[in-house]
Amino acid sequence: MASSEIMTVNMGPQHPSTHGVLRLVIELDGEIIQKITPHIGYLHRGVEKLSEHRTYHQTIPLTDRLDYLAPMSNNLGYVLAVEKLLGIEVPERAQTIRVIMAELTRLKSHLVWIACHALDIGAMTVFIYAFREREMIMSLYEKISGARMTSNYFRVGGLSADVYDGFEKDVREIVDTFPGHFDTYEGLLTKNTIWLNRTVGNGVISAEDAIDYGITGPALRGSGVDWDLRRDNPYSGYEKYQFKVPVGEKCDTFDRYKVRLVEMREAVNIIRQALDSLKPGPVLADAPQVTYPPKENVYNTIEGLIHHFKIASEGFPVPEGEVYQSVEAPKGELGFYIVSDGGTKPYRMRIRPPSFVNLGAIEKMAKGSMIADLVAVIGTLDIVLGEIDR
Amino acid sequence: MAETNRAVIKLREKFAASVLDVKEFRGEVTVVVKREDIVEICKFLKTSLAYNLCTDVTAVDYLGKQDPRFMVVYNLYSIPNKDRLRLKAPVPEADSTIDTVSGVWNSANWLEREVYDLMGITFNNHPDLRRILMPDDWVGHPLRKDYPVQGPDREPYKGRLS
Repeated sequence: MASSEIMTVNMGPQHPSTHGVLRLVIELDGEIIQKITPHIGYLHRGVEKLSEHRTYHQTIPLTDRLDYLAPMSNNLGYVLAVEKLLGIEVPERAQTIRVIMAELTRLKSHLVWIACHALDIGAMTVFIYAFREREMIMSLYEKISGARMTSNYFRVGGLSADVYDGFEKDVREIVDTFPGHFDTYEGLLTKNTIWLNRTVGNGVISAEDAIDYGITGPALRGSGVDWDLRRDNPYSGYEKYQFKVPVGEKCDTFDRYKVRLVEMREAVNIIRQALDSLKPGPVLADAPQVTYPPKENVYNTIEGLIHHFKIASEGFPVPEGEVYQSVEAPKGELGFYIVSDGGTKPYRMRIRPPSFVNLGAIEKMAKGSMIADLVAVIGTLDIVLGEIDR
Repeated sequence: MAETNRAVIKLREKFAASVLDVKEFRGEVTVVVKREDIVEICKFLKTSLAYNLCTDVTAVDYLGKQDPRFMVVYNLYSIPNKDRLRLKAPVPEADSTIDTVSGVWNSANWLEREVYDLMGITFNNHPDLRRILMPDDWVGHPLRKDYPVQGPDREPYKGRLS
């Protein structure tokens, strides 16, 4: 018995299932969604504006705070863009460590996704398990960069420091134990009737529509589009690794769930290959005009001190020009478009956030379904408001 | 390389009068076109050259550096061909408007809203041109170069040491 009365419901900005400060104004016919108007910007900090007033090094910590669940992916996109502008090569060891950290970041982000997505739909056990595993990556982050979330580890030209002793052992432990944990999640969810009822046929978006709405990353691959920047436009040495790019068929929440799970297994696979190919060597490019001098020079020589001071205070000039560099972040294509006027600060830095564009398709995906299914759609889009609002 | 780019050749053939400049930097090809033809060019790029993903729409404010003041930038990607193209269209300050391409790619809808909100460029025929990140009643456009970084009516931050 359909009623013609439309009810407007406000969801968020403070709501446990909107994964941050997202506000949705929903028009309902009974329980059926007729219209969704997202309101964003509650977390807008003006990162793009701020970066115009900071040197290239000082902008790296700002990028940590975009997608705060995957800080190193943001760092990677940014430093790659600046390196492209400068035209400098990064040593192989630094590239390999970057790949290891970027893939660990993907695991970290996907673990939060599966935890919160499952919790939204009612599977609390997965939440507890996934956060337990995430803690291993968090402690590795802390050991390697000194911070659990805002890592600020990559530098233009390489890394802030080489890895600590025992890094390889810690990563091996993650690589060896995680596939078993993924089996546990799949055991809890993949054939679970409640999970299937909530995800199969939910949030369907066809491949054409998904491309039209600019959806990227696992959400696009869930709609059957075989496209991954790591394979198709490789950066940071990804062309050296063998990995599968999973694609879905039915374009629904369940397929996107399967795609992300395979992606986590493939991330472990890439880390294993990268670890095997890790050789000793420098972690900073031989580009003294850009990189910080070694600490022993700073402490012991006047030239080193001046060098350090100059780069820390004035920064380094970057040739005039503009580049766009994107990476396959856990949420999709994260792009940095940097315009330089030849100075020591970016003239304009544009961040192309995957979550922002993906969220634009929420009405398309949820219209006509029940309001309770909306939390599944938000979960499957895997949004992070820090990145949407910047 | 820019001269042999498949899109550049076709655009020069078909829209000879609207291509203002072609540049290449670090292997990336940029085509500057007249803003009047932006929708036609985008339609052509999407249907004939398979640039099916509009990755990004943004704008740069060249206050005091270039005339016209604004440059609207489209970063396009072709999933079948795995290549990128950057399209730029100059927009003058006196009439800071350009036609919307949200009819060509739906992803441009929100991206253009953001450009409108932060840069103050109006997109003609846009289906839903409202502010997206700033509050609805906000005055000014924060990403413009003449907008102070600390916000309006506030003393500039002078640093910790001074």
